[in-house]
Amino acid sequence: MTVTARQEKSATFDLARKPRSPMTDAWNMLLKNKFAVGSGIFLILLVLLAIFAPLVAPEGIDDQKLPDNYMSPGSQYLMGADQFGRDVLSRVIFGTRVSLSVAFAASLVSLIIGLVYGLIAGYFGGRVDSVMMRIVDILYGFPFLIFVILLQVYFKAVANKGGAGTIAAPIIALDRKIGGMLFIFLALGALNWIGMARLARGQVLSYKEMEFVGAARSIGASNMRIIFRHLLPNILGPCIVYETMAIPGYIFTEAFLSFIGLGVNAPTPSWGIMVNNGYRALRSHPHVLWPPAIALVITTLAFNFLGDGLRDAFDPRLKGTS
Amino acid sequence: MTQYIIRRFLSFIPVLLAVTIFTFVLVRVIPGGPFDRIGDRTLPPEIVANLEAKYHLDKPVWQQYLEYLWNLLHLDLGPSFSYRTQTVNDIIGDSFPVSAQLGVMSMALGIVIGIPAGCVAALKHNSMIDYGSTFVAILGRSIPSLVMGPVLIWIFALKLDWFPVARWEGPEYWVLPVITLGTGLSAGITRLTRGSLLQVMQEDYIRTARAKGLREAVVVMRHALKNSLIPVVTILGPMFAAVLTGTFVVEQIFGIPGLGKHFVTSIGNRDYPVVLGTVLLYAVFLVVANLVVDITYAWLDPRIRYD
Repeated sequence: MTVTARQEKSATFDLARKPRSPMTDAWNMLLKNKFAVGSGIFLILLVLLAIFAPLVAPEGIDDQKLPDNYMSPGSQYLMGADQFGRDVLSRVIFGTRVSLSVAFAASLVSLIIGLVYGLIAGYFGGRVDSVMMRIVDILYGFPFLIFVILLQVYFKAVANKGGAGTIAAPIIALDRKIGGMLFIFLALGALNWIGMARLARGQVLSYKEMEFVGAARSIGASNMRIIFRHLLPNILGPCIVYETMAIPGYIFTEAFLSFIGLGVNAPTPSWGIMVNNGYRALRSHPHVLWPPAIALVITTLAFNFLGDGLRDAFDPRLKGTS
Repeated sequence: MTQYIIRRFLSFIPVLLAVTIFTFVLVRVIPGGPFDRIGDRTLPPEIVANLEAKYHLDKPVWQQYLEYLWNLLHLDLGPSFSYRTQTVNDIIGDSFPVSAQLGVMSMALGIVIGIPAGCVAALKHNSMIDYGSTFVAILGRSIPSLVMGPVLIWIFALKLDWFPVARWEGPEYWVLPVITLGTGLSAGITRLTRGSLLQVMQEDYIRTARAKGLREAVVVMRHALKNSLIPVVTILGPMFAAVLTGTFVVEQIFGIPGLGKHFVTSIGNRDYPVVLGTVLLYAVFLVVANLVVDITYAWLDPRIRYD
């Protein structure tokens, strides 16, 4: 056998064996977790439900028929009617839009701010890092829920004034158009990037001394290119897992804000507002409480299962912690 | 150690200054003032001006802030704008013990359920008990208090009539709010204890202890448990701070006259000193809780030294 023939043979052998990256391993491990897969499918269906809500829901979000108020579940309203005679089922279906938008948008805001902040602090190190992390340490002393409430009160009061003629006007108009959700995204995302920044920085510190970074630098790659093309893809996995696990918190916070009247604008159906309606009518008409309450619990449950599954798959060392 | 604690205390100063500055400015830029209306009536501008002068709201913001800091040094949080006869110190003195009591009892319930459940799940690793407790823990984490509260009220107050629906007047009033908050906490503590104990049981010193011929119970109680509680303790500090803010929801649902209820009302009234005082108190709690965690950490794990 000649040398070239042997090389060819080993080359075909290498090609025959499919390369398995850590990503594939993690993916396979995730697919073995029945709860996580089931939750993933459920959440995809929920997203479809949110998108096609107008086709699925029997009624709109604000079809008030006062004679039907608090009508019990039956043939006319599958889950009953609320205090204005609105179909509870339809409002629960439209409510998926609020909870899912908050879940995705708030995590996106916090992911982007936290990643960029952590990448810059970790990559440049030295004085930049110590100043940036000092700021993070200070923000860490801010009670989260309290500042979400304060920011929401501020945003809502500003939005009520309309801000005509100022730069805020188009933002406020957009916020009104989507039922007051925009500012909730901002308040949640603006306060929750801190943990993400710490995580991203730690990850960068563990990667930036590796050979591939040095190799990239030696062929003249710019700092921005190294950060976003070489480091970012490596640290993205744990960061996405972290965000997925933060989603139940966002959903809870939005529901709570809406519950105390600082959330979305009426008549946008947030499950938090609907739980509040049910809670007020608990003595006489508890049927109003159950549908939004169950929707809230099942959706959060799905995100928790998915988050746990992702974490176990991408970072098996953390398995079982919460 | 003493030096470390002193250094940490000094590091609180920039945090608390940042919290006060940020809140001080934020409450003032929120549209609407504290004296826009009394009840349903709006006040004539001259009276509003007089009231604002009385509380120094007519001065530049930086001057108001320095005055606030000066009073703060004397532990004086200022007068309340909307409760005319009370100072912020009075209001916090009345309502904070209620919130703290609710928080402490809920934490206690969470720990009493969570740590044993987590241990059992870890020791019976991969058994039905383990899977069951995991499932219950994830379920517990997925039920927000604003669902748990009304459900408990409906079952135990309205249907069974065992406990009162709302308010905070004696032990029978405590049960439902404490369960509402405590079950969620126990879910987190269960998962954490389980994970941590599982990890510790694989350590070399556990094998050594077994090799010495110690009984399994002694191995677990004497060698494993203490170390496995370290991560649990680290989460308890921030958790307690979070519970205090978590009592917000429960206070709204059960009509409990705690700090959270005053906070929400006071923002609505633009009662700046009450809002500031509350935020400051929570921030102090958060930073002190984190410090206590670090100290306990060193106490539980001799490998950790601060100098």
